[in-house]
This record gives sequence, C-alpha cells and structure tokens, in this order.
Amino acid sequence: MEALILNFFQWFWDLFGLWDSIWGWFQHLWPLVWSILRIVAILVPLILGVAYLPYFERKVIAFMHVRIGPNRVGPLGLFQPIADGLKLFFKEVLVPSKASKKLFIFGPIVALAPALIAWAVVPFADGWVLADIDAGVLFLLAITSIGIYGIIISGWASNSKYPFLGAMRASAQMISYEIAMGMALVAVLMVSNSLNLSEIVRVQNVGRFADMGLSVLSWNFIPLLPLFLVYLISGVAETNRAPFDVVEGESEIVAGHMIEYSGMAFALFFLAEYANMILVSFLTAIFFLGGWLSPVGFLPDGHHWLALKVSFLLFCFLWFRATFPRYRYDQIMRLGWKVFIPICITWILVVGVWMMSPFNIWK
Amino acid sequence: MGAKDFIGSLFLKELLQGMAVTASYFFKPKITVQYPEDKTPLSPRFRGLHALRRYPNGEERCIACKLCEAVCPAMAITIESAERDDGSRRTTRYDIDLTKCIFCGFCEEACPVDAIVETHIFEYHGETRGDLLYTKQMLLANGDRYEKEIAGNRAIDAKYR
Repeated sequence: MEALILNFFQWFWDLFGLWDSIWGWFQHLWPLVWSILRIVAILVPLILGVAYLPYFERKVIAFMHVRIGPNRVGPLGLFQPIADGLKLFFKEVLVPSKASKKLFIFGPIVALAPALIAWAVVPFADGWVLADIDAGVLFLLAITSIGIYGIIISGWASNSKYPFLGAMRASAQMISYEIAMGMALVAVLMVSNSLNLSEIVRVQNVGRFADMGLSVLSWNFIPLLPLFLVYLISGVAETNRAPFDVVEGESEIVAGHMIEYSGMAFALFFLAEYANMILVSFLTAIFFLGGWLSPVGFLPDGHHWLALKVSFLLFCFLWFRATFPRYRYDQIMRLGWKVFIPICITWILVVGVWMMSPFNIWK
Repeated sequence: MGAKDFIGSLFLKELLQGMAVTASYFFKPKITVQYPEDKTPLSPRFRGLHALRRYPNGEERCIACKLCEAVCPAMAITIESAERDDGSRRTTRYDIDLTKCIFCGFCEEACPVDAIVETHIFEYHGETRGDLLYTKQMLLANGDRYEKEIAGNRAIDAKYR
C-alpha cells in the first residue's frame, strides 16, 4: 500500500517533470506524510461513523417505539446528520460570565482527544494498524482514562450546580467501571499472553476448534463469557450511555456537564460520546469476538468481519437504550463494586486454575 | 433471592427477556401518521375553529341570548347586543379571542339556536395576537364558507344529541 501511494505521488509530479527535483527533500518528509495519510484514513471514516451513529440511534429507537424516526431531510432522512451538524456549527458558543473561560473551552477538547488518540493502536485487519505497539492494551487503558478529565474539567469550569453534580457522578461512575473493565482484561491478557491487540486477535484463531475450521468457538467470549458480559456492560457504563446515563440524567440534572455548552463546544462532547461508543465496540470485538477473524474456516478473514461485529455491538448499545430504564445511582455503584469486580476476580481465578490444569486450551 | 433467580440474574435472564420484547417491536408495522400528507380521521364532534351559522334564508341564527358568553370558562367570548329595526334582538358585537379559547365546546352546547358551532378546521394560524381575535364578520364568514360541512357533521351526530 505504501509503495502504491508513493508511486502515485511519483506519477503525479512526473506529469510536471518535477519528481526528480523534489524527491531529494521529499524522501525525508515521506514518513510524516505517510503517517498523516494513515491518520486521515482512520479519522475520516470514524467521523462519518460518529455523524451517522446518532441517525441510526434515532432510527433504531424509533423502530422499537413503533415509530418511523427521522425521514424528512433527504431520502429516508439520510441528510439529517448533515443538517444537525450545520445547525450546531452555526450556533454561537456561549461562555457563561462566571465560568472559568480557559478550562471551559479546554474541557470538550480533552473529552474528544483521547477518544480519537486511542484509535492509534486499534487493528482493523491483520497488519492494518497505525501503531503496532506491544503495550497496546496499556496504551488504551491509559488514554481512555484521560477522557474523564474532560467531563470533570467542564463540570467544574461551568461554575454551575448541575454540571458539577454531573461531573461528580461521572468521575465516581467511570472510576468504578474502569476497575471492572481492567479486571476483565486481565483474564484476556492471561489467555493471550500478550498486550498487543493484533496478537490478542491472532491468538483467538488458535485451538482445537479453529483447527476444525470453526474459529468462532475458539474466540475469547466462550471461555471468558462472564468477563465478556462484564466488559460489554462496563463499556456501556464507561461511555455514559443508557441505562447508565446518570451523568446526563436529563430528568434529574438536565444534561449534567453539558448544560452550559452550546454550538461546536457541545458538538465536541457529542462527538466524544459517539466516538467512545464506537471505540468500545471495536475493543469488545477485538478482545472477545475475534476481531477481523472469520467465524468459519471456509470464509476469508478480513476487516469486513470486524465491521460486522462492531455494527452488531453498536446496535446492542442502541437496543439497550431502547429497552432499559435508567439505573439509580446507588444501584450503579452496587453493580460495579459488588457484582462485577467479584465476578471478575472469581473468573480470573477460574482461568488461572484452568491454565494450570491438564485441560488448558490456550497452549 | 433464591438460587434459581441468582443464576438467572447472572445469565441476564430478565434483561434478555426485556430485549426480546423491544426486538419484537422493532419489526412491527409502524403507526406514525405522516402528518401533512396523511391525516387522522376527525370525529363529527371535533372542536376546531368557531363559526356563526345562518338560516337557509340568510338570517343569522344568533339571537344574542349571551348563554355562550356566560358559560365560557375561559371568558373568551364578548357580546354586545341591540334592538334591530325590525324589533328583534341581535348582536352588534360578537368576538371570540382564540388565544383565550380552550375549545371545550360549551358555547356550542349552550346555544339554543345552533348559531355558534365549532368546525373541523384546526389548521389556521395568526402572526400576531390580533389575528386570533375573531370578530362577528369573520365568524359569520367561517359559517358561510363551511356551512355544508357543519350541517353534514350535525346530521351525522343528530341521533346522539
């Protein structure tokens, strides 16, 4: 791929007979250009996905309410995200006079940036990854934890009651579920013996069932089913989605940390929420559902399988929202600390014993 | 919580049942009415914009008894009356302030001569408050314009009155 694009550049500049003269300095610039091209190739589809996820959310929830959903802007309402985006873009960004201005602007940026940075280590197919680093999982845990600062900063900087309450709730909730998520990943790391995300996927293609051509049965979600569920539900909580959306809690605290925001500043929070949803879906698919692996041997592996798995998980996110009422705050804390963490510890022990026993399936 | 419930909750039994319900609704036919193109059917008793009716010979029905003004809970109706040249009592002013009206239909019920009625018209608007103060002339004009529909709806509903 790299050589192909380089050849394209050469062909393009050769049209003007300039290639030989610019290649001297361009070859030093090329690694940078190539990185930027790859970043764009990840971010543009991501931003498109983020734009269209709210549309699909509205459609799916409407269908589950026996309604039709947005269908006025363009065919099937497909231009709705563009209309919404334009609306937000042209709105004024209001800064409350008593707010801490620098932090107020800084908050949404901090919320969005980690949601985009984390994509650096996400493998889309074998070898299709921006940074194939061996500490990928650590990087992810570190980066995604920063996102909460955006919410805390904006809640504090708004200098207003409800944003502050929302920020407090967000920090307590995200810290609680971060632990359960991390714990769930411990067992994944134990069985895959690697922190590299591509390696975690490849390891899921090894085992008796994978040799029989049924790779789906050797994916992590079967031996680690409790942890898969814990990770998925914690992922919903981590992204502050229904039924764990006490952070927004529109019937209690209006919109939490987002109350004072308008226009593009609000849009950044919106982007961050949906980018995080997509990220969590990708990570769940990679850690537990075999990433880009094909479920059966006779179909080729590829990024389309990852896309399919991620679409299903995203649909689940919307499905949860249409089904479950919001958890009470103390129930959220109880679920995180007194249910998920014990389940994780138990299953880590089970997996540990399993790996030491003669029945070890991960050798 | 019994052992069975405990195992059930570990396997998300009730959550999955709930999700099965919403999933079944996902595929059901949708009930949304695409409003400007499709409209829901209206009852003959529908209470919309007001109208003052006339007799077939062109004489206005209203006899200025002011029962509607008295019964109006929102006090939206203002009537002034005087003796006409032929000696009958008639209104000189009959205003309905539609910004006050709550469309309860009491005026219609109170009227002994079926003069003030509420039509099936609900798609109207005013750009200032004054636009929604309907005078006698405007109400009579409504009556003239929609007399056929009004009479039709009354005929359908007659046996229940």
